[in-house]
Amino acid sequence: MPITRPRRLGVALALTTAAALALAGCATDAGTPGAGSTDGAATVDAATATSLADFGTLADLEAAAKAEGKLNVIALPRDWANYGEIIDLFTERYPEIAVTEQSPDISSAEEIQAAQTNEGLDTAPDVFDLGLTVALQNTDVFAPYKVQTWDDIPDALKEPSGLFVGDYGGYMSVGYDSSRFDEPAELTDLLDAAYKGSVAINGDPTQAGAAFAAVGLATVQNGGTLDDFQPGIDFFAELQKAGNLLKVDVTTGTITSGETPVVFDWDYLNATHATTNPNWKVRVFDGTGYAGYYNQAINKDAPNPAAARLWQEFLYSDEVQNLWLKGGARPARMEAMTAAGTIDADLAAALPTAPETTVVPTEAQSTAAGTLLGEKWASAVQ
Amino acid sequence: MTSDVLTPTSVRAPRVRSWAWLGLAPFAVYIALFLALPTVLAISTGFVDGDGGFTWANITALADPVIVTAFVNTTWLSLLTAAIGAAIGALVCYAALGLPPTGVVRSTLDAATGVLAQFGGVMLAFVFIATLGVQGVVTVLLRDGLGIDIQPGAWLYSLPGLILPYVYFQVPLMVITFLPALSALKPQWTEANLVLGGTRASFWLRVGLPVLAPSFLASFLLLFANAFSSYATAAALASQGSQIVPLQIRAALTSETVLGRENLAGALALGMIVVVGIVMWLDAAIRSRAARWQS
Repeated sequence: MPITRPRRLGVALALTTAAALALAGCATDAGTPGAGSTDGAATVDAATATSLADFGTLADLEAAAKAEGKLNVIALPRDWANYGEIIDLFTERYPEIAVTEQSPDISSAEEIQAAQTNEGLDTAPDVFDLGLTVALQNTDVFAPYKVQTWDDIPDALKEPSGLFVGDYGGYMSVGYDSSRFDEPAELTDLLDAAYKGSVAINGDPTQAGAAFAAVGLATVQNGGTLDDFQPGIDFFAELQKAGNLLKVDVTTGTITSGETPVVFDWDYLNATHATTNPNWKVRVFDGTGYAGYYNQAINKDAPNPAAARLWQEFLYSDEVQNLWLKGGARPARMEAMTAAGTIDADLAAALPTAPETTVVPTEAQSTAAGTLLGEKWASAVQ
Repeated sequence: MTSDVLTPTSVRAPRVRSWAWLGLAPFAVYIALFLALPTVLAISTGFVDGDGGFTWANITALADPVIVTAFVNTTWLSLLTAAIGAAIGALVCYAALGLPPTGVVRSTLDAATGVLAQFGGVMLAFVFIATLGVQGVVTVLLRDGLGIDIQPGAWLYSLPGLILPYVYFQVPLMVITFLPALSALKPQWTEANLVLGGTRASFWLRVGLPVLAPSFLASFLLLFANAFSSYATAAALASQGSQIVPLQIRAALTSETVLGRENLAGALALGMIVVVGIVMWLDAAIRSRAARWQS
């Protein structure tokens, strides 16, 4: 029962304040190593570096990161957007840097809580991978940093000063077991009696970003706009009334066993289920699509500030962008890499076709939708 | 006082008393650190806003229809599964009384209840998904073999669907807690009742049930609290809409779509403590009434 989650103690707070003061003291003195780095690090304060130029060359950044010898990543499930392979490649390339994969299955909001609870400790996460809503509301926790390939990233996907940057994303989709169901042509097909007790959502929309997006997609596919999620809530209420909605928590286990044969989820997450069920197909509906990108951000109190920045340069390199693509996600630099011819064409062709128009909610629309879902969702699906 | 006679004792007494607290100290420290302190910290968050200032907003938010419904749902689910668990469990205990205490059946029962009472959470949820789910073994067998559909509308994943999994861990817990109390019924009482011309019915009505009532109520209370605070089973099965309070607390703490409600979790925890407090007070009231004619 998670009701007794302790808040940080006064002692920890005092320690943190001391650490922050020490950090600030270092920051004014450009000649000393960063507070988090050990002896032999480069002569830059990694914690305040905003681009590779502050370190010199990539080799300098690598040296500083290797001197730290550690990197704490958080909330990166190995079967999510190919993160397993990405982390393994990093470890292979930089064996001197030990990567700690903390709490792979927690939510974006919990990543921020972990940073606050562990503030000033060397167990604090160095980098975050966050949903847009959480990223927008916690910019005071991030350190700005612009990777070498910054200009390749579309403006719509990045915070102008580099506090957080979109990393990969995709379209809300419906995954289904093609051995049991025909491909649903449109959203309302799911109301058909053939789908009785078969349609699930990955998570609760009042909690999980993916489920929230499912209601958003149902809204725009049901004739609504993102200003008002009611048509989407109505769709799922109808689905519930038809006896088609499954409320079980979706896991790889429920998909493998066939308990959840039709699932609303991001296309890149649905795509991964094909490895356990070869009949698993992904459908992105025509018309208006609902897109969502996750975001990278560096913890401003990162215990390993140079390694955190090296991780960013690594993620936005051609090779790792293609690894995300391999996981079925659309990497942030995809457009530029397609133009430059560095994208893996076979992988790009394997993605579901993008819908004609794409919508992404603004912060105000997200907040309004969150409030509406909080009031209406529980009774709509009861 | 005849203090002169008791001198040796009164000299020794303070020394004994001065070390007595040491025995309790580890337990007291443990309780203070891992129960009292977290509870106080969790509850106190219910009274502060995001910036650390005092507020009643989280407490008034408890009147929100969604949260009120969650409390009502949790309470009836807990009362119902505690009642079913207590009734079935008591019958199992009664049956177990007739077994030789060292026999195979009784040992098996003891071992099984010990394991199953702790068999909750995601494991239990998956057991039910695998057997009674829409594609569960039993469901498919009945549907294909006998043409009976036991999962119309996927009820296992709705709130009433939680009753069966909850009863599954409530019954063994009842057996564990109630069996020792049943053993306290002395055979001599049955004999005395028979000698004085009583019947089997009058024995249970006038001796058995009154003696057992307080233990039964205490066990029932434990079962209620057990169901009331259950979290993981419900999280895996009925994952939409946070229909019960522990799931509302999770939503308030971890939601990535509705932010800034972390402190509501403290208020929800306070609400849970109030409900359990009322049940405990009821239990105490009934016991003190029982004590009047028991002694």
